[in-house]
Amino acid sequence: MAGIMSNTQLLRKMLVGFVRDEVHKVGLKKVVLGLSGGIDSALVAFVAAEALGPENVHAICMPYKSSNPESEAHARLVAQACGVNFTVVPITTMVDAYFGMFPEADNMRRGNKMARERMTILFDHSAQLAALVLGTSNKTELLLGYGTLYGDMASALNPIGDLYKSQVWQLSEAMSVPRDVIDKKPSADLWAGQTDEEELGFSYRQVDELLYRMVDLRMTVNELMAEGFGREFIDNIYSKVQNSHFKRRLPVIAKVSNRTIDRDFRYARDWGK
Amino acid sequence: MGDFNVALSQIKPKLGCVADNLAVIEEQIGMARSAGADLVVFPELALTGYFLKDLVPEVAIGIDAPEMARLKDLSRDISIVVGFVEVTDDYRFFNAAVYLEGGEIVDLHRKVYLPTYGLFDEQRYMARGERFRAFNTRFGRMGMLICEDMWHLSASYIQAMDGASTLICLSSSPGRGVDGEELGSAKAWQQLVSTTAMFLNCRVLYCNRVGYEDGVSFWGGSEYVNPAGMSVVRGKMFDEDMVTASVSEGELRRERIFSPMLRDENLFVTMRELRRIESERGR
Repeated sequence: MAGIMSNTQLLRKMLVGFVRDEVHKVGLKKVVLGLSGGIDSALVAFVAAEALGPENVHAICMPYKSSNPESEAHARLVAQACGVNFTVVPITTMVDAYFGMFPEADNMRRGNKMARERMTILFDHSAQLAALVLGTSNKTELLLGYGTLYGDMASALNPIGDLYKSQVWQLSEAMSVPRDVIDKKPSADLWAGQTDEEELGFSYRQVDELLYRMVDLRMTVNELMAEGFGREFIDNIYSKVQNSHFKRRLPVIAKVSNRTIDRDFRYARDWGK
Repeated sequence: MGDFNVALSQIKPKLGCVADNLAVIEEQIGMARSAGADLVVFPELALTGYFLKDLVPEVAIGIDAPEMARLKDLSRDISIVVGFVEVTDDYRFFNAAVYLEGGEIVDLHRKVYLPTYGLFDEQRYMARGERFRAFNTRFGRMGMLICEDMWHLSASYIQAMDGASTLICLSSSPGRGVDGEELGSAKAWQQLVSTTAMFLNCRVLYCNRVGYEDGVSFWGGSEYVNPAGMSVVRGKMFDEDMVTASVSEGELRRERIFSPMLRDENLFVTMRELRRIESERGR
């Protein structure tokens, strides 16, 4: 089975052009993004630095007290490597103040709250700096719903939302993202020792190959099985995509008029730009 | 007739901003004239931008609109091909293009094939054109095609059989397909344009826009392909550019002597078989 391959030179050109064009055409020069120490946000920082100049990119690292200290070190390393502005805004005080009222909350609620806390900080800096918030969710996460709605999934522009994790790795190599960041195991870093692949129960490489054939090539279940994927794995991934679809849509509006937003009131986001 | 210089202006229209785009087009016309061009070609929907959706009625102009009058006026010194949204007296909206020359509209083409699949949604908002007609210009007989039109073999075939030796294609082609040496959509278009030129012994002037709309890129790469199917000159990928080329009458003459496929094309056989197919389909 051939792996997903991409022309990284072409991808780089398209993504850098995207960030430059979409930021400049709304009359802005700057962007802000959360830098976690992981590869997705590292790649977005590199793309943004090339598109806008590193002085126009503001990366914010937002650790919680249980975050792995290595994450902040890696975030700092990435910011230094691509030359962008770097600040640290810890979220422990805010998150702990809230869960002081709900001490029974489980890991999922805590993780979601942290993601949303970070979102509010990014959007506050968006206003403060006159900078658009860049999203850092890749296509694999978006399709699987492996992200927090209105948390890490919230942004103004997402340069890597149509790139599978495997392509994120490829482009990161091509753009010289620091080796330590490329090589480490992907983790949401919500609790100590967490890794994405352990939590998901499969590897990104495996699921990317399946998703690419299922979504991009529109192969049938029989064709997927002929490609070597197990029926159970196929069904599991299909239901993950289906059940997380609400996260990829705007809130549902009850239709009562002739022109309802997004149903028969349709304009591009770049209307007038 | 004879040799002429063409400029293909791959601009980046602002979505829904007719006045701004007209200003850019005027500026580009001036540049094309300074560069010695006799004909300047703009992309599909150059006056409006592409993903218009519900903006279609807002940006549409009639052929007697002041914007068109301005462009007609500019065509006294240089022939102009430009894409826009046309509104008719009965309030139909067309994805259209005009060929302007000597202060007049020489031809108006309304896009026949409106893509409505995948990322395209044109037929939801626009009416279908219903004809392909070649027309005479001071550089010989030409035919216009708007983007998807060219993906229908019959469209270029009709233009060529109607006597067009130059096909002008105005395009807003989105960039997609990053797994190969070249951008997937660009490679497909280059093959299409080259093959069409070879099939019909016609030259093709292909003008494709650049810029981004809602994350969709338009890849540019405008080109002049000669009647042998060779790309003579090609514009930048993704960036604004003006491509200029000298179009040679001798090259057309030689190609038509060397590969006289168009001469040998049997319209009688084609028509008889198409009529048979049409009547059989109706059963």
